[in-house]
Amino acid sequence: MANMTLIQAVNDGLKTAMRGDESILCFGEDVGPKGGVFLATEGLTTEFGKERCFDTPLSEDGIIGTAIGMAMNGLRPVAEIQFQDFIFPAFDQIVSEAAKLRYRSGGQYTAPMVIRTPYGGGIRGGLYHSQSGEAYFAHTAGLKVVIPSTPHDAKGLLLASIQDPDPVLFMEPKALYRAVKGEVPEGEYTVDLSTLRTVREGRDVTIYCYGAMVPVVEKAAAQAKEQRDIDCLVVDLRTLMPLDEEGVLEAAKQTGRVVVVHEAPRFCGYGAEISALIAENCIEYMEAPVKRVTGFDTPFPNTLEHHYLPDDRRVLDAIEAVYDF
Amino acid sequence: MTDMLTVIRPDGATKKGYDAGLSDDGLLHCYRTMLLVRSFDEICLKLQRAGRIGFSIPNRGIEATQVGAASAMRKTDWIFPSYRDFGMALYHGISPVDMMHNMFGNAEDSAKGRQMPVHFSFTEPIHFYSISSPIGTHLPHAVGAAYASKLRGEDTVHLVSFGDGGTSSLGFHSGMNFAAVWKAPVVFLCQNNGYAISCPSDEQTASDGYAVKAEAYGMPHATVDGNDLFAVRQAVSEATERARKGEGPTLIEAVTFRMGGHSTSDDPSRYVPKELFDEWEKKDPVERFRRFLEKKGLWNQTVEDTMRKETLAEIDSAAKIAEKTDKPGLETIFSDVFAEVPGHIRRQGEFLFDLVKRRGEASAGGGEFPL
Ligand SMILES: Cc1ncc(C[n+]2csc(CCOP(=O)(O)OP(=O)(O)O)c2C)c(N)n1
Repeated sequence: MANMTLIQAVNDGLKTAMRGDESILCFGEDVGPKGGVFLATEGLTTEFGKERCFDTPLSEDGIIGTAIGMAMNGLRPVAEIQFQDFIFPAFDQIVSEAAKLRYRSGGQYTAPMVIRTPYGGGIRGGLYHSQSGEAYFAHTAGLKVVIPSTPHDAKGLLLASIQDPDPVLFMEPKALYRAVKGEVPEGEYTVDLSTLRTVREGRDVTIYCYGAMVPVVEKAAAQAKEQRDIDCLVVDLRTLMPLDEEGVLEAAKQTGRVVVVHEAPRFCGYGAEISALIAENCIEYMEAPVKRVTGFDTPFPNTLEHHYLPDDRRVLDAIEAVYDF
Repeated sequence: MTDMLTVIRPDGATKKGYDAGLSDDGLLHCYRTMLLVRSFDEICLKLQRAGRIGFSIPNRGIEATQVGAASAMRKTDWIFPSYRDFGMALYHGISPVDMMHNMFGNAEDSAKGRQMPVHFSFTEPIHFYSISSPIGTHLPHAVGAAYASKLRGEDTVHLVSFGDGGTSSLGFHSGMNFAAVWKAPVVFLCQNNGYAISCPSDEQTASDGYAVKAEAYGMPHATVDGNDLFAVRQAVSEATERARKGEGPTLIEAVTFRMGGHSTSDDPSRYVPKELFDEWEKKDPVERFRRFLEKKGLWNQTVEDTMRKETLAEIDSAAKIAEKTDKPGLETIFSDVFAEVPGHIRRQGEFLFDLVKRRGEASAGGGEFPL
């Protein structure tokens, strides 16, 4: 076990995977000698050579398109998109190609690959270095969407994603890259995709969250306990697609009061899926309407980003609202 | 590499009788603009290091490309800039205070503090189009805007500026293709400054420079010494002339070098060999133009000292004004999404104002921009 930050865990995960399997390679913009703008790929070119970790021309479409070709022909590409905000030139390759290849070829061709990308706010990045686009991708059949929130899960889920037979979009909460630290096992281990993590047990209110919102929710849950003696059950979804639906419903039934938290905008956001799932399957257990705490339905502002992002105040507000309903 | 147009020799001399078409005041305005850019860089670096702004983009090494190109454009023309084009804005009289309002993201910023620093947007005194972070997206915009000008029979030219990295984007290829097919009045200015963040030019493209890419689109092209203000000015002037006559677009590659990191947060020593910096330091574009002015009798140490003092003071005072200006109000989060604020967004605004009353303001985060 070693104590490391989330970004170190990603780096460790990549190195562990590449040491174990020569078909795994990493590429993208500035991932080579510079080691990536967040240093996720630091040291990879030195250890594995330019053939297996390299910079590409500035084209996300090219990065993902070629990754698909590599994946269908025996390699395991782990492509980096520098910021999730810049993934859109590759939207076609992801949505029309990677995600549909297995289906459209009757399983003859597949694209087992990972797209790593930092997402979310917290670095004063304004409109184009802060977005949380998970809903666009979770809506796409054939693409898995994974978002870790701890160093342990970052490495374990990354290794599971690399081994997965299908394309995985691995979204890394950049706000947590250096803000969280934790124990990470050495060498190979995996955290199964489509499993939830119970962050905190509780009987009064269930809160679903993922990525950078997990520590925010933990803080609010602690305040709810301290100030009002409300016990929150906090669930880290960590795989958005395919979702552990039974686990989600189980957690909702335990308290009958639900809050969903994400930093992406609300309208057609991931929270809508969770509330619909609960409404369709266990409305009879509900003691209060589901509450969503989300980013606003606006682009992501720069100077006022801390007002845009859900924080403990807003989560606590929602916890109390469903509790007092 | 293809022949490269050079006008000012390293010692500052030009061919006998060379006329750049600028008055003495015009020449000094070019020099002063380059010094303004240098001062802007210097002060922003200090502000960023002191944590008073989050980020800036250094322009050192590229000043002559920016100013030479800008000098070939009329106030009625449009500029579709990249984020590293401070000199184009300053040349045309966009005020340093207005630019600093953006750097501080305050209430007076033309984009209401919504964008990161260096993402300027102006319509006066010249159209300096709103900068987007995604690389290459603005090339087709310039082509569309040029088509509109052409359709209305105006003689407006649209200059679009981008880096070597930008030539790999989807927008480069569709922009070039559409412009050539439509004979749109566009000047494509590719600033080949050696690197796209850490990616060197020879890993960006296998072609012999960037200008040659125009041939595939059936477009004329020129390669110019980007550290030579007159060379850039001349090539852009020729291109605008052609465009105004209805002869369509041109691709110009300005060969220059980014004399530092990609941004104030980037450490280029991780990937740029020191020898390259040493080599290009000798080709400094501002120094080259200074030598020209000196030969022409327009420069002496007093001119230099006065100008340096003035430009630094101008930028410094701009920064101070901007820093003292209030931050944008919370309502700016919700406006301008649509022409009219829809109900769901209005309600989210009302919720936030009410929340602040009940539970106080959100505390500012401490995150740092990595690049
Ligand atoms: C579509 C897209 N991908 C990635 C980025 C991240 N990024 C910002 S600047 C940059 C390099 C740009 O290089 P170049 O076009 O040569 O311009 P320069 O910075 O050298 O002036 C990259 C990769 C981006 N802004 N947009």
